[in-house]
Amino acid sequence: MAALYEGYTLCGLVPSQNLANSGIRGIEEERDSDHVLVTDSGRSVTLHKVSDQRALGSWTVKQGQTLTCPAVYNPQTKEYVAVCDNKVIRIWKEHDVVLDKAFKATVSADVSRVLCVHGAEPVVLFQRGAVRLLDSLLSAPQQPIEEVLHQDEVIRWSISVMAETQQFVMFTTEQKGDHFLYLQRLNPNTLQSYRLEKEEPGLSPLSFSASYRDKHIRLLYLYPNGCVYQSVVSVQGLGADEGAQAVPLPRKLLLTLPVGEGRLETASALLLDEAHVAVVGVPHPSAGAGNDFLCIWNTNFQTLQAGKEMGGKIYGQLWTYSNKLLIPHAKTLSVIPYECPKSSLASALGKLRQIQTEESKPLLMVPSWNNILHGEAQPSKAMETRRTKTSRKTLSTSTLSAEQVLELVKTAPAEEVQTEVEGLLSRLDMQITQPLIAQLASTLVSRSLADAAFYSSSTLAQLVHTQCLCHSVCPDLVLLALERKDYFLCQLCLQFFPDIPEVVTCACLKAFISIPDVDAEKVTLDPDSVVFMETIMSRDSGQGGLQNGFSPTFMEGDHSDTLSGGGAQSREDEKTPTPPAELTCPVGLNKAVLLNEVLKRACNDNFLLPHLKDLSSQHVFLFLQYLHFLYQKYSQEPSRQTHGVKSLNLNQIMDWVCLVLDAHFTVLVMTPKAKSLLHNLYSFVKSQVRLVSELGKIEGSLQQLNKMKSNKDIGQYSIEVIELF
Amino acid sequence: MGEFKVHRVRFFDYMPSAIRTMAFNSRSERLALARADGAVELFNFADNYFQDKVIPGREGRDTEALCWVGRRLFSAGLNGEITEYDLEKLRPRYTVAAFGGAIWTMSSNSQGSLLAVGCEDGTVKIFEVLEETIRHQRNLARQKGRIVSLSWHPSGTLIAAGMMDMIQIFDAETGQATHRLLVEKRLRASKSVEVVVWSVVFLSDHTIVSGDSAGKVQMWDGSTGTLIRTYLVSKWDVLALAVSQDERSLVAGTSEGTVIQFQFLSTVDQQPEEWIRTRTFKNHSHDVRALAHTETAVVSGGMDVQLVVRPLLDKVERNTQEAALRKIAFPHRNLVCCAKKAGLLLFQFPEHLEVWRLGESDGHAGRPGDRLPVKRKPEKLIELKRKGEDHICCSALSPCGGWIAYSTVSGVRLYRFQHNNNIRISKVSRLPKVLCSVQQLCFSSDSSKLFASTSHSSLIVVGLNQSECKYLNTLKPKSDSRQPVHLLAASDDGRWLAAANTDCEIHVYNLEKMKIHCSVPIHSSCPTAIAIHPVTSSLVAVHADQQIFEYSLELKEYTEWSRKLQKQGLHSLWLERDTPVTHITFNPRNPAHIVLHDAFMFCIIDQSLPLPEAKAVLYNQMTLRSLPESDRPRHSHAFKICKSFQHLMCVSLLDDHSLVAVERPLQDIMCQLPPPVRQKKFAT
Repeated sequence: MAALYEGYTLCGLVPSQNLANSGIRGIEEERDSDHVLVTDSGRSVTLHKVSDQRALGSWTVKQGQTLTCPAVYNPQTKEYVAVCDNKVIRIWKEHDVVLDKAFKATVSADVSRVLCVHGAEPVVLFQRGAVRLLDSLLSAPQQPIEEVLHQDEVIRWSISVMAETQQFVMFTTEQKGDHFLYLQRLNPNTLQSYRLEKEEPGLSPLSFSASYRDKHIRLLYLYPNGCVYQSVVSVQGLGADEGAQAVPLPRKLLLTLPVGEGRLETASALLLDEAHVAVVGVPHPSAGAGNDFLCIWNTNFQTLQAGKEMGGKIYGQLWTYSNKLLIPHAKTLSVIPYECPKSSLASALGKLRQIQTEESKPLLMVPSWNNILHGEAQPSKAMETRRTKTSRKTLSTSTLSAEQVLELVKTAPAEEVQTEVEGLLSRLDMQITQPLIAQLASTLVSRSLADAAFYSSSTLAQLVHTQCLCHSVCPDLVLLALERKDYFLCQLCLQFFPDIPEVVTCACLKAFISIPDVDAEKVTLDPDSVVFMETIMSRDSGQGGLQNGFSPTFMEGDHSDTLSGGGAQSREDEKTPTPPAELTCPVGLNKAVLLNEVLKRACNDNFLLPHLKDLSSQHVFLFLQYLHFLYQKYSQEPSRQTHGVKSLNLNQIMDWVCLVLDAHFTVLVMTPKAKSLLHNLYSFVKSQVRLVSELGKIEGSLQQLNKMKSNKDIGQYSIEVIELF
Repeated sequence: MGEFKVHRVRFFDYMPSAIRTMAFNSRSERLALARADGAVELFNFADNYFQDKVIPGREGRDTEALCWVGRRLFSAGLNGEITEYDLEKLRPRYTVAAFGGAIWTMSSNSQGSLLAVGCEDGTVKIFEVLEETIRHQRNLARQKGRIVSLSWHPSGTLIAAGMMDMIQIFDAETGQATHRLLVEKRLRASKSVEVVVWSVVFLSDHTIVSGDSAGKVQMWDGSTGTLIRTYLVSKWDVLALAVSQDERSLVAGTSEGTVIQFQFLSTVDQQPEEWIRTRTFKNHSHDVRALAHTETAVVSGGMDVQLVVRPLLDKVERNTQEAALRKIAFPHRNLVCCAKKAGLLLFQFPEHLEVWRLGESDGHAGRPGDRLPVKRKPEKLIELKRKGEDHICCSALSPCGGWIAYSTVSGVRLYRFQHNNNIRISKVSRLPKVLCSVQQLCFSSDSSKLFASTSHSSLIVVGLNQSECKYLNTLKPKSDSRQPVHLLAASDDGRWLAAANTDCEIHVYNLEKMKIHCSVPIHSSCPTAIAIHPVTSSLVAVHADQQIFEYSLELKEYTEWSRKLQKQGLHSLWLERDTPVTHITFNPRNPAHIVLHDAFMFCIIDQSLPLPEAKAVLYNQMTLRSLPESDRPRHSHAFKICKSFQHLMCVSLLDDHSLVAVERPLQDIMCQLPPPVRQKKFAT
């Protein structure tokens, strides 16, 4: 689930008199995502360090001038670029104190905005739609600027997008209620225009947001009726029909937000990642009518993931930089940290245990003055690394915090890791620590992968035992365990992970079946499943009770008389197969236990089948033999199926038999020693077919019974004969 | 026991009308219930919920409110009139016009001295309840918009009135409005849609509870006029509210057919008590228009015509008969009259009568379980529309099929009916004057006499012959009961006439001497069916508590069999049935057989067989069927119960030894109801 955390104030605002706008013209990223450049609608530009809630610098233009576009930072030249009074471009560096003395150039047309993305040159977008690179513009400031847009067409929103190496400028315009999207490619320059589909008459988009991913630019826009649409524009094959008419832009309704009564006035929607959208200025569906909410919606499942009430007036402005949302409201600019872990259906429905992927690091909380002044200060990472081993030892005898353990796991020897993790697990409340456990596991796995000498089996086993892990959290864990021949851990993973993909299951199967029996007997495994397997193998098959008088041998014995017209020949064959009573388990005990774990896993045939084909014929034969053995045991003793949740059932065995046969049918047919096995299976199928045909016969008479009952439709009047006794 | 040919009749299109309102009199434990056609039914909750009195409706009398004042029952309706009913003569006693347009609501103060009615023109009119009548006292300050609901504060000093968009509180003494409570509209509803406060309840702690068309139940502080609590309980309207007498439980009925209970509880220890929504009952498919809260149960009724008594399980002992849910869908009286000799059926509707001739099968007898081919279909011979505005209250068809009589509160009509070749009906004019207000009608078995019950339990005997009818005699009981006669039974030999009244008395008259013969000892429960045995001349009576008595008229004492039955006691399953026996007949071929039925079974009691032991299986027909013939006598007992016919309106034995079972399946009634309010269901 996405989450919004406690926010803090970055700076105060000076909204306009009637609170019509927030007083912020724009916020742009500076050198990294922790620094932002806030341009207010008046004369000043302020540089803030977000995590410190601190202003690092401020510049103001002269009285009488106004900044008409948000200032941007050009990381290549480490310069700031802003436009004042529409036509004057100003460029200055961080150490410049007085803007008036900085470089300025006057251009011949009104500038709409200066756009800059990291890794690209700043671009100037003119109000009439022309686009120039800043450098080329400054080389000849008075160059003529062409008019791209119609007379009454105005730019509503613009952005610059970096697609691999290609820079794009996108802007949307409005002309008499029609909305257009222009996509300008730079070097070589092409312009493509699109027409946005009309919403209800009179509605124009409140906000736009765009992002680039997988060779497509996704444009998200919000209408006052709460509809959030997404349009996808491919950046490839652009420019083929330059200058052509505006192409209609297909759109997809992503979300329909609850708007309560009336329409939205100031609201904004922002793409956070492929599945999450942050929305501000829209009422919370379960909290009254107020519009002052910041919500994160999952677009895949249309679910509200997190919501937060923002005090005071919302201006419909929203920015995001590195897991922080910047939102002006009332008279403050607030920073709200958030996180959007990968979404899955289970988590969207709240069914998944709270497992967070490793990308989502615990958010650093805002340092509070109390903590800093009155102890309880968390030791910083730098201090930690500098700490000597001895001091760490002394610390570990007391208690290490979660962060410390995390840090320690990366470097400490296996024994220490084990004791510390054990200690940590015993101390912490399971519900809270799920993300932590995920992190611990993934750190351990990645370290083990990197460092061949390091492997802490028991620690990993302990982490898996918490049941807070799943395969998608640390995808390498199972394969790592296989690689290190840690079969116990494999067993645990197979037992506890709900989401192991078929390919990994198959890899496990392959590994298990190829263990030499000698090796297998050395492994220690989960005692329950071993005991279970032992009982299966030890019990004399002849002793089992018959269910409903069913006897597989009997069935096999007599069915050929009735079914096969072939006569004597087949009857002779019928006698030959080995009687089931002599069956011995074709694999060793521990190997059988491990194979059982694979059999018990839920899996999809379609995905499993291609991977099953990789097994060698020898292994297939062995596996099939084992399955056949299990099947015989189960069918002789049906009560086995009710052993408990952890045990195998007959259906699973049958599924696997079918799968293996499907995957390797030709190979098995060609193998001479598989012949009797196949024959046994064939005779079983025959008996099943016979049973089904018998049931089919009964079905007819049962239906007749049903018909007799339904026949009794009583009309308005009937004369019946009844008998009383 | 034997085989019977059964005419299974389903063409009686009886359609009960929707329940509009009800009022419960906790002192006499009687529930008065008004239906959409204006009929008022009285149920005696103390006597197994028996519907002992029915006041027939009248065209244009749209009863919207019922109100008990002591033992007196008042109604008011959209015709703008207040009516007091005469519960002895089962007719309106007098009617007073309120002159304020349609009346939507009526409420009496707890002292029973004043009646307040809420009118269409926005006035609350106060009437003084006098000994014999009511008199308009004054109007409260007139408001804009109609008064839809009213409730008196128990002290009698304040009245709360539910209106459009608001609730007004009046000072009953000065007549001035003291508070105005504005009721919010439904969220996202258009401004023009008014909120109707369908129901208000004024509690003694000055809490006002309201239910409105926006689906809310709201608790207000009546002394300050502030809203305390809102419960949104329905997507549709909250139509009715009822509160228990101790004011600790409250129920609200909605258009969705749910009844929602609120209780006055403290959720956390030591916290002050407040109204908490506790239970939801869904026993109705349509609007719940009427609600009553008895001490132990919630009584609800509405558009889906059924009266539902839902016991509150915290008030009654579990697993007792009292804890069972009761649905009363069918009247506890006979609407079907069967002419045994002629094979005709008379169906009584409020507006008209229908006479049907039963069909015939071709002669050969089938095996048990067969359906015989119908050679002649049943046919409707006549449909007789009633005259005047009053609905039919009772009717009778003579056993030979030659006479039809019906009665309304204003008069009796008698028709000569010929049905053999060409159908002719002619009204008999010049009826005796005494036949004006009649509650029950009955013909003698030879169709020569008509018996009618009038006030003070007295009976009028009218002689009939080809050309005329003349008054013969009036039979009066010795007791001075003023209650109406609700059952009449004449013996086949013409010697006896029995009449039962709602005071639980059964009087038997000797028709040869034209005087009272005896009175059956009074049983505490009201008789629901009586009949006189044609051979032994003993009276069989079944009471609302399911007890069966047989009283020998010759010896004037209970028969041996009856004593044995009382001594041994009836089977517990028999006593647990929740519908009364409404008709008794006898098998002319076997005098030991008594045929009786309730809504869900009919039973042939064979007096020659041993009575069922307490541990024996009462419903043993299936077991007996599976046994070989020789074993059956050992297992059989006197009660032969057949449940293959359901929703029975009448079971009778014709003279040709075939049974007539008139069924009215509940589904047929339900499918004639208007569609219920739309409710969102999963995946629709």
